[in-house]
Amino acid sequence: MVTKVQGMTGDEAVAYAAKLVDPDVVAAYPITPQTIVVERYSDFVNNGEVNSSFIPVESEHSAMSACVGASLTGARVFTATASAGLALMYEILYVASGLRCPIVLAVANRAFSAPINIHGECTDQMVCRDASWVSLFGESAQEAYDETILSFKIAEHKDVLLPTMFGIEGFIVTHALERVETLTKHQVEDFLPAERKVDHRFCPDEVISFGSLVLQDYYMEIKRQQEEAMQRAYLVTKDVMEEFGELSGRKMEVVEKYKLEDADYALVSYGATAGNAKAVVDRLREKGEKVGALKIRLHRPFPSLDVYEALTGIKAATILDRSVTFGSPGTIMQTDISTALYGKENIPSLHGYINGLGGRVLTLPEIEEALEMSKNYNDIGMTSTLDWIGYRK
Amino acid sequence: MLEIPSISVKDLQEWSKMDEVLTSGHRLCAGCGAGTMARQVTLAAKALGEPIMLVNATGCLEVASTIYPYTAWNAPWVHNAFENAAATASGAIEAMNAMRRKKQMADKDAHMIVFGGDGGTYDIGIQSLSGAIERGHDFLYVCYNNGAYMNTGIQRSGGTPKYAATTTSPPGSVIPGKVKWSKPLAEIMAAHEIPTYTASPAYPRDLMGKVQTALKVDGPAFMLVDSPCNLGQRYPPNISIETTKLAVKSCFFPLYATYKDDWLLTGESARIAKNPDRKIPVEEYLKLQGRFRHLFLPEWKGKLTEIQEIVDDRWIRLVNKSTC
Repeated sequence: MVTKVQGMTGDEAVAYAAKLVDPDVVAAYPITPQTIVVERYSDFVNNGEVNSSFIPVESEHSAMSACVGASLTGARVFTATASAGLALMYEILYVASGLRCPIVLAVANRAFSAPINIHGECTDQMVCRDASWVSLFGESAQEAYDETILSFKIAEHKDVLLPTMFGIEGFIVTHALERVETLTKHQVEDFLPAERKVDHRFCPDEVISFGSLVLQDYYMEIKRQQEEAMQRAYLVTKDVMEEFGELSGRKMEVVEKYKLEDADYALVSYGATAGNAKAVVDRLREKGEKVGALKIRLHRPFPSLDVYEALTGIKAATILDRSVTFGSPGTIMQTDISTALYGKENIPSLHGYINGLGGRVLTLPEIEEALEMSKNYNDIGMTSTLDWIGYRK
Repeated sequence: MLEIPSISVKDLQEWSKMDEVLTSGHRLCAGCGAGTMARQVTLAAKALGEPIMLVNATGCLEVASTIYPYTAWNAPWVHNAFENAAATASGAIEAMNAMRRKKQMADKDAHMIVFGGDGGTYDIGIQSLSGAIERGHDFLYVCYNNGAYMNTGIQRSGGTPKYAATTTSPPGSVIPGKVKWSKPLAEIMAAHEIPTYTASPAYPRDLMGKVQTALKVDGPAFMLVDSPCNLGQRYPPNISIETTKLAVKSCFFPLYATYKDDWLLTGESARIAKNPDRKIPVEEYLKLQGRFRHLFLPEWKGKLTEIQEIVDDRWIRLVNKSTC
C-alpha cells in the first residue's frame, strides 16, 4: 500500500477526512478551537471540491437542529463544535439519539466557562456521556483523521443508528501540526458506501411522522431500544476499527495497551494525555520499573471487559483525567472504571487525578509524581483515591 | 409577492373534497382555532398540486396531533423541539438539495410548511427563524398566535396582548395582567425583506389565498395567524371563529400582506380602510373573553380606553403606509 503523508493540524485532519467522506450536509457554527474545521470545509464547498450542502447556522443549537432535520431526511450529516457550543447543543443531542439520527460530531475539547477559557479540556464531551451518543477520544491528528471516517461507519451501522462524537483536545491536538498518513477517496469509498442506507425518511414521497409525543405507555421501551443499540455499538465499533485497521495499516482498538503485559503499575488516560503517559512509561522502563499504559479510546459504550482484561494483575492504576466533576467520589473516567471492575478478582487499586484543566500542561515529572502517590496509597491499603494535580496549592 | 389570488366559495367546495392533511382523531380541544388554521393552510397548499412537507415546533398542534403510536397527519411531518423548527426545516431542505445533486433523491419539488405557536416563534424560536430566513431557505413559516403558552397552561408570551390575564400575568391588585403590548412579530419578519402575511381562520379565502401566494415564493415567507383559544382566552368553544372575526373587525388584528416597502390591506381590513364606519370598538372583541374580564371592573376603568388608543394608533399607522 502506498501511503501519502501530509502535515496537518488536528482540525485540518478532521476537515480533510470529512472531505473524503463528502457528507450530504454539514451544518456548523464557529467556535474556538474548532474553527479551522469549518473554515477548511467552507473552502472545499466554495471551491467545488465537495458536493455537500454547508449550512452556516446562527448557533450551535441550530447546527444540531439542522443536523437532525437533515439526518431524518436521509442525509449523511457532519458537524463540529466545542465547549459552550456543545453545551448549547445538549438539548438536541438527546433528540438526535432519540430519533436515531446517525450524525457525526467532531469535538475540539475545550474548557467550559466561567471563567472563560479557550484551551484544552475534555469536560465538555464527558458531560455528554449519558446522551446516547457513541463517544470516542483521539490522541493525535492521525487519530482525529481516522475517527472522522470510521465514526460514520459506526453511527450508520444498521445495528447501531446512533449519533457518534469524537474528541480531540483544543490546541494540544486541534492546532498542533503533525504527521498524518492519509487515505485516498477510493479507499474511503470502499470502506464507507457513498450513499447512506435508510429505511424511512422525511421526504415528499413518504407519509410518515417523526418526533411524536410518546408518553408513559411507550417511552421506556424506546429508551431501552437505545440502550440495546448502544450495547451493539460496542461490538460494531470493534469490527469497524478492525476493518479500518486493515484498510489503513494502523492497528486500532477500543483500548490501547502499552507495555502492560508484565506491568505492576498502569497509567490510564485518554486523548492527548496518553502520549505523555507512554513517554513516562518508556522513561521508567529504562530504569527497570514495571510500568505500562492504557489508553481508553471508546468511552461510550464503555469497554468494561477490555479495561478489566487490560488491568487484571496490575497493583495500582493511576487514572489521569483531563476533565472535572465536582463533589464526585472519583474522576469521570475513574468512576466508570471502578464500576467496571468492582467485585472482580485481581484488580488494581484505582487512583484518580484531575489535571490539565483549561489547557494547563501536565508535565512528565508530574505524571511520575502521581504514579508515586498511587504506589504509596496502594502500599497502605487505600483502594480508591481522588486527587487534583498540577495546580497551585 | 402581493398578488394574492381571489379564492372563490366554489374553490373551497372543490378543495373540501380532497383528503384532509390534518385528519380527524387529533386531540386538539373542542373549539381550538389551531386545527382550523392548520386544515386551511394545508388544504390551500395541497390544492397547488405539489407534495407538502411539514415541520412542527413543540406546542399544542404538535402534542395533540401525534400521540404515539397515532398520528393525525396525512403528510410527511417532523417535530424536533420547541425553538428549532426553522433550523430543522433548513436541515431538511439542504439535505434534499444535496441528495438531489448526488442523484440519491428524485428531483421533485415539495412545499415546506413550518408551524409554530407564539411561544415557539415570538419567544424561544425567533433566533432560529431569523437565521433560517437570512439563509434564504425556502419555506412558509406559519405562526399560529393564540396569545400565550396555552400548551403548558396559559403562561404569558411575547405574543400576549397588553393587560391580558395569563397564569404568569395574572390580574393582581397592583398590576392588571400583562404589562406591555405584544412584540410586532409580523413587522420584525417583514424587516427581513421577505413576503409577510397576516391572516385569520375566520376569513378562510383570505388566508388560503395568502398561503398559495406565499408557497409560490422562491425563498422564505412568513404568515402570522390569529388563532383563537377558548381555554386560554376564556370564552365558550362555540364562538372561536366569531372571536377572531371581531379581532379583525376591531382592527385589533388587521389583515395585510407586505413585502419590502409595499403594504397591502386585504379582505375585511381593506374594507374597513375604505369605509371606516365598519370598524367596531375593540371593547366588542375584549368583552367576550375572560382574559380581559378584569378590565371591565371599576378599578381598571381607564385600561379599555388605553387599549383602544393603542389599537387606533397602530391601525392608522398601518393604513397610512398601505394600499388596499
